[in-house]
Amino acid sequence: MEGTNAKYVSQKISKARWRPVSASSLQQPEVFATGSWDNEENKIAIWSIGDGVFPGMEDDFEGDPQLLCECKHGGDVLDLHFLDQERIVTASSTGAVTIYHLHPDTQTVSVSQRWTRAHHYPCDNAPCTGIVCKSPEIVTVGEDGRINLFRADQEAVIRTIDDADSSTIHAVTFLRTTEILTVNSIGQIKIWDFRQQSNTPAQILSQTGDRVPLHCVARHPNQQHIVATGGQDGMLCIWDARQGNAPTSLMEAHTAEMWEVHFHPTNPDHLFTCSEDGSLLHWETTSGSEMPTFLQGGPNTSGFSRGAVAPAGGGQSLISAWLNGDSSKGRLETTHMLPSQTLSVNSLDVLGQCLVCGTDGEAIFVNRQVLV
Amino acid sequence: MEELDVEPTTTNIPAGATGKCFPFIHEVRKDEDIYSPILRKLFNESHHIFVGLQTIREDLPNKNKKTQFVSISKNYRSVIRACMEELQQGAVLTQDAELATQYGNQVSILLAIELIWNLCEVLFIDNAPGGTLLLHLLDWVRLHKADVDEKAQEVLQSESPTEHHGYWDVVLSYVLQGRMDEARQMLLKWSALKPAARSMYKQMDNLLHKMPVYNPGGNKTLTEFDVKWRQWHEEVDHCLQDNSFASDPNLELICKILVGDEDALLEQKDLLSTWYHFLVTRMLFSQPTVKPTELHYYAQSCLAMFDSGAPEPLDSILLAAFEFDIHQVIKDCSIALNNWWFVAHLTDLLDHCKLLQSHNLHFGSNLREFLLLEYASGLFTHHSLWQLAVDYFDYCPEFGRVYLEQQIEHVPLDTERKALKVLRICEQRQMSEQVRSICKIMAKRALRNNRLGSALSWSIRAKDAAFATLISERFLQDYCARGTFSDLDLIDNLGPAMLLSDRLTFLGKYREFHKLYGENCFADAATLLLSLMTAKIAPRSFWMTLLMDALPLLEQKEVIFSADQTHELIFCLEDLTSSLNITTVPLDEPMQDEDMEVTKVELLRLALARNLAMAIVKEGTVEV
Repeated sequence: MEGTNAKYVSQKISKARWRPVSASSLQQPEVFATGSWDNEENKIAIWSIGDGVFPGMEDDFEGDPQLLCECKHGGDVLDLHFLDQERIVTASSTGAVTIYHLHPDTQTVSVSQRWTRAHHYPCDNAPCTGIVCKSPEIVTVGEDGRINLFRADQEAVIRTIDDADSSTIHAVTFLRTTEILTVNSIGQIKIWDFRQQSNTPAQILSQTGDRVPLHCVARHPNQQHIVATGGQDGMLCIWDARQGNAPTSLMEAHTAEMWEVHFHPTNPDHLFTCSEDGSLLHWETTSGSEMPTFLQGGPNTSGFSRGAVAPAGGGQSLISAWLNGDSSKGRLETTHMLPSQTLSVNSLDVLGQCLVCGTDGEAIFVNRQVLV
Repeated sequence: MEELDVEPTTTNIPAGATGKCFPFIHEVRKDEDIYSPILRKLFNESHHIFVGLQTIREDLPNKNKKTQFVSISKNYRSVIRACMEELQQGAVLTQDAELATQYGNQVSILLAIELIWNLCEVLFIDNAPGGTLLLHLLDWVRLHKADVDEKAQEVLQSESPTEHHGYWDVVLSYVLQGRMDEARQMLLKWSALKPAARSMYKQMDNLLHKMPVYNPGGNKTLTEFDVKWRQWHEEVDHCLQDNSFASDPNLELICKILVGDEDALLEQKDLLSTWYHFLVTRMLFSQPTVKPTELHYYAQSCLAMFDSGAPEPLDSILLAAFEFDIHQVIKDCSIALNNWWFVAHLTDLLDHCKLLQSHNLHFGSNLREFLLLEYASGLFTHHSLWQLAVDYFDYCPEFGRVYLEQQIEHVPLDTERKALKVLRICEQRQMSEQVRSICKIMAKRALRNNRLGSALSWSIRAKDAAFATLISERFLQDYCARGTFSDLDLIDNLGPAMLLSDRLTFLGKYREFHKLYGENCFADAATLLLSLMTAKIAPRSFWMTLLMDALPLLEQKEVIFSADQTHELIFCLEDLTSSLNITTVPLDEPMQDEDMEVTKVELLRLALARNLAMAIVKEGTVEV
């Protein structure tokens, strides 16, 4: 794919995330963090693809990610998020949740806070599988079925829901300020409200029949009730959290586990998914009656495109094209973003026109010309 | 790439007075290559190329295939080169002397690998005809004797290049590599300072300029080229006979080289540095149209003439290549390099080019598969490169699957994420036994950590009925102990998975009863409860609990159990008590427990009798 840069990094990458850019500036992101897994010694690493962010950066190879600094990480990095521009939160297979501080001046990264047994069994550690942050709050979930609410700079845990799930919780996202949404390994979506004192979910959504484990979840950045999930069968599901049990649309996406799904943060008509089958898909829908952008020379130029068919979402008025994937007005296009590749794409992140992803083939791919 | 070195270091330990046979201690060392972060890039990138090669379509015309194979070979080599450059940089940058030596060693191994690979590419894969062959060989020599350019740089940057002690070495080196334009550029500097020798220079420049070079894409045939070359050669010979350059020993030497004088060439041993450089230079000035089949004769004689002592492994490998003895090349490389990466990938590529047919090993699979299996097994021992090995095993038709089946079970499963990845590998290949074993491991671990829900999920995924029964028992025990169900989110959503085992079915149905009861659907709840016993879904040990659950239904104001249903309940109770009496009589049960049981039975009998009476009355009453 045009504009995609590959770099081999000698470690299997489990997570890749852009460092947020300040909201006021229009600049593209230049720094990202990665986490590794399944290595004898795992690391988080900070990379730069441009100049200017860190003084003294050499810019010999344009676009080629340059390692700025790295730091050891105990256990596999199972999730990684930027809390703000200078703090990174990681989830570890040892059950620890760690906040790293990134010092842009000295180009170093160090541990600033750690909750060692945030997730645990009675006499063993339990992997922490997912986190979501909204500074200063951090919510973590784990294989122990527990939900923790932390606040950066406060040592004590603010709230714990033990046995929130009888199976593993794979991912978590914020729905509203006090509401979170979790997905688990028996195909359920649970909505929790921290205002309620009870330890039961406010709502449970699940697919009827199959109990396909769900691995990832993303919320529409503008329309908070629209949620996308991906699971073991590689299907992309779009849910309307306001109504009912079944997903409003189901789309065939990948042939193996979907590890991550992301709406584009500023242009949510675009969505990105990556999978164990080694592919990374760019989904584009056109909402409302506007002129579809892809007709003006969109990404549908490579030979990879294929249409996706989705069941109609019912007779409600058209609000978001995602909720009725095959309506006559809206259309859905998918494009493969990576050259053919056999090993799993574990993580991706998209910000502005930049996309980064990490694979089990120990490579990082960066694309700075994503058509959004 | 194997786990151990071929010959482990052996240390003799002095044995005691009685010990006749000496015990040996073998020092086991880790293979450094596989743990080098830079070489890991080589493994990962070449894995990608390897998979691409396996999926080349069989039905392509041979000509297209050959171009593809050559480009794949070049891809492999460029990966080696990139790796080498990084190692060289690393060696320069590191402060650690030991690490620098290690990098240095790895660079020299990679250099040798690339040298051999490149020659194999020219001779076997590309298999160029006469004329073109020499061009490829010249490229090969130039690529691996690149220090000429560094030296030239050094000479040119000095104050007076022509006075530099290395000046003529550079000129000669260029000539020896057939880089006539560069040689002429260098000579120009000399002539500028020696006006007296102008005509001599002109003549030499002319000879160098006119030397014919074969152009495979041009319109001249090989014969036409040969005629032209012979004319040029005669001209050079003529100059030599004329003593045109007699006044300048350096130009005279160049002229001798141009005419292909072997003694003159051998005098330049230091500049040639290797016998194969000598071979290529000799061919350049005496046999430019040499055919692949003729090469081995010249190669042998060059090695003998060059006479640099006993041939080293690299020499015999290259000689074997010139002799087109592919198997010897692979065999010698396997022994000399102690590096399965190279032989496995090269053999695989040559096998795709159909160059390794009809060579079967006496131990089963063919050479390609044997080497790939060795390489992949080495990868599998690595903490994180094991994932790469899976694709290699996939492309070993005979034993790949067996190897994979054996090794995949030994991958440590630290997290569910990793377990899922391993499971996916097994499921894609229909390795149902391994799937079961992985799920069982995960289910057991979840059970040990008291995560019944997770454990049940894993055994449902494995379709492991026995384990599902065990976990269902635990759920029921917990219920009996605490009076409430845990993990309702799972049990309420079992769906068709409920049918996996009888006990699980009972668990699901029993929970359904509670749900109906909770929703005040008493009639349905009662029917379900009764059917659990009459259809023998409920284990007998649980019947008393079920009957006690029926008690509140019997005591309702309305009649819920019909007369027939009540009869059936009575049968169940009698069935149970009769069997209980048999088992309890010989045992010295504590009186209290027995009392409890007796009280329960009495309570039930009373309730049943009352319900029966009410039901008969109700059913016998005709509503008006």
